[in-house]
Amino acid sequence: MALTTEETKHVAMLARIGLSDQEIETLKNELNDVFAHIDSFKELDLDGVVETIHPIEVKNVMRDDVIAPPLGVEAAMKNAPAHEGSAFLVPRIVAVGGDAS
Amino acid sequence: MNKVLSKEMTARELVDATYDAIKNTDTDINAFVELTPDLAYEAADKVDARIKAGQSDQIGPLAGVPIGIKDNMNMIGSKMTCCSNMLKEFESVFTATVVEKILAAGALPIGKTNMDEFALGSSTETSIFGPTKNPWDLDRVPGGSSGGSAAAVAARMVPISLGSDTGGSIRQPGACTATVALKPTFGRVSRWGVAPVAGSLDQVGPIANSVNEVAVTLNAIAGHDPHDAMTEGHDIVDFTSKLDAGAKGLRVAVAKDLLEADGLDPQVKAGVENAVSLLEADGAKVGEITLPHSEYAISTYYVLMSAEASSNLARLDGIRYGARAADTDDVIDLYLRTRKDGFGPETIRRIMVGTYVLSADHYEDYYDRAMRARTLISQDFDKVFADYDVIVAPTMPTTAFKLGEKQDPLTMYLSDTFTVPVNLAGIAALSMPSGLSRDGLPLGVQLIGGHFDEATLLQAAAALERSLAFDALPAHRVGARA
Repeated sequence: MALTTEETKHVAMLARIGLSDQEIETLKNELNDVFAHIDSFKELDLDGVVETIHPIEVKNVMRDDVIAPPLGVEAAMKNAPAHEGSAFLVPRIVAVGGDAS
Repeated sequence: MNKVLSKEMTARELVDATYDAIKNTDTDINAFVELTPDLAYEAADKVDARIKAGQSDQIGPLAGVPIGIKDNMNMIGSKMTCCSNMLKEFESVFTATVVEKILAAGALPIGKTNMDEFALGSSTETSIFGPTKNPWDLDRVPGGSSGGSAAAVAARMVPISLGSDTGGSIRQPGACTATVALKPTFGRVSRWGVAPVAGSLDQVGPIANSVNEVAVTLNAIAGHDPHDAMTEGHDIVDFTSKLDAGAKGLRVAVAKDLLEADGLDPQVKAGVENAVSLLEADGAKVGEITLPHSEYAISTYYVLMSAEASSNLARLDGIRYGARAADTDDVIDLYLRTRKDGFGPETIRRIMVGTYVLSADHYEDYYDRAMRARTLISQDFDKVFADYDVIVAPTMPTTAFKLGEKQDPLTMYLSDTFTVPVNLAGIAALSMPSGLSRDGLPLGVQLIGGHFDEATLLQAAAALERSLAFDALPAHRVGARA
């Protein structure tokens, strides 16, 4: 398996990281090195082997639904890059005229 | 002996002395990224008031002990930056359970320690605050990602610190700095309030200069937390209870295939073999075992860890907290530029690997395969622990490498070869010094224990510690230049 430039760009877009063409090329090469190593595990016969999701036995835990003090608006807003009162400010999402941008 | 409890000095005086020592020593080492004197003096005054009132029995087991806290753990009154531009100004609005517990035990929170950005690294070089230097040799890394926590302890700036370990990030710096560094069993210590890397691998643990201090700290931080479902239902024991029991009768397994791995420094290997001999001389029954699927551990680990990290780091989008790029055109542009500017190159690499292996076309070939391979790796350990109490192995393949030496990401990843299988299996392991190399650098030995059997693991470590009697000190430490 080898990632192409187009695939690398696609993955960067999925991850929402804005990379330059030069950065995409560098990453493509680095990721191909990493995957060349990772691919060694393709020789493992995994037929019939179940997946491990948690490394310890996990059981469902029930508890009473008790109201606990919430974080609070002030604390929740404390690290917001832009906010007004209890609202996070973001750039315009819907274009003027109503079309989604 | 704790000088505060023996009334040689007050906790307040100890905090004064600790900050003086850090001022003199940390300019070279860069272990701390934020000092928290307001919190440390507040904690000290509480301890002093209790002692003055004759209530020493009501203060916790870590009363008057200065501690460092890795900068991926929330503590109200301090920042939690994860050593990333993304969270450079992030102020904690609640306190992590593990930090609450250590403060309730009477510890004095001296400051936050340096780490690889978002704990994604093995050298503490990717921190936005610059690398931490190894107190044994300032040209070398202290390991990572909990390098600041390990260096602070090795340089005697604080006796105990907290680190986190997703693939070796407590034990690997332990090996580089000759400290005792424990990754408890997955689920033993709450991760609530600790910035997640990979929720199926992460665990918090202590780094100190002795097995006893590590055991006492584990007593303070272990236990159930309703905020972390993985901590449910595990019996808590006194982790110091078997420290004096010696190695007699312990069933010790030597990981033969790990000792024959390519790239293992013969001096590291000799240190491991010496540790096994000492345990045997102390009465342990020694046998050889193999962990045949461990050679696939790095592949498996980098798929799972990157997948989980990419998912966890998706929350850093510049909307609710953290940095945000200025003057963006629209919301997609905001995401793209915030995340490009906020994350360093290694973080971006792992997000890219994780996004790729989780994408629709590649999920089965990578993520699904890795979850199955993880089962085989775990079963290797299950088989060994049916017959043995402890496995002895190297912690890392070499001694601490030089700053800037490992530029190629894959070479850096391979330094985690002996630590990641433990995280995949969710078991407990610690690193401790086995001696020094010919050029005076710490050699690490890793002891691996079964699920929730830290008491036996610490028993073996304490026995080995007595036999080794390792007492070398790093050149760069508190008081060394006086």
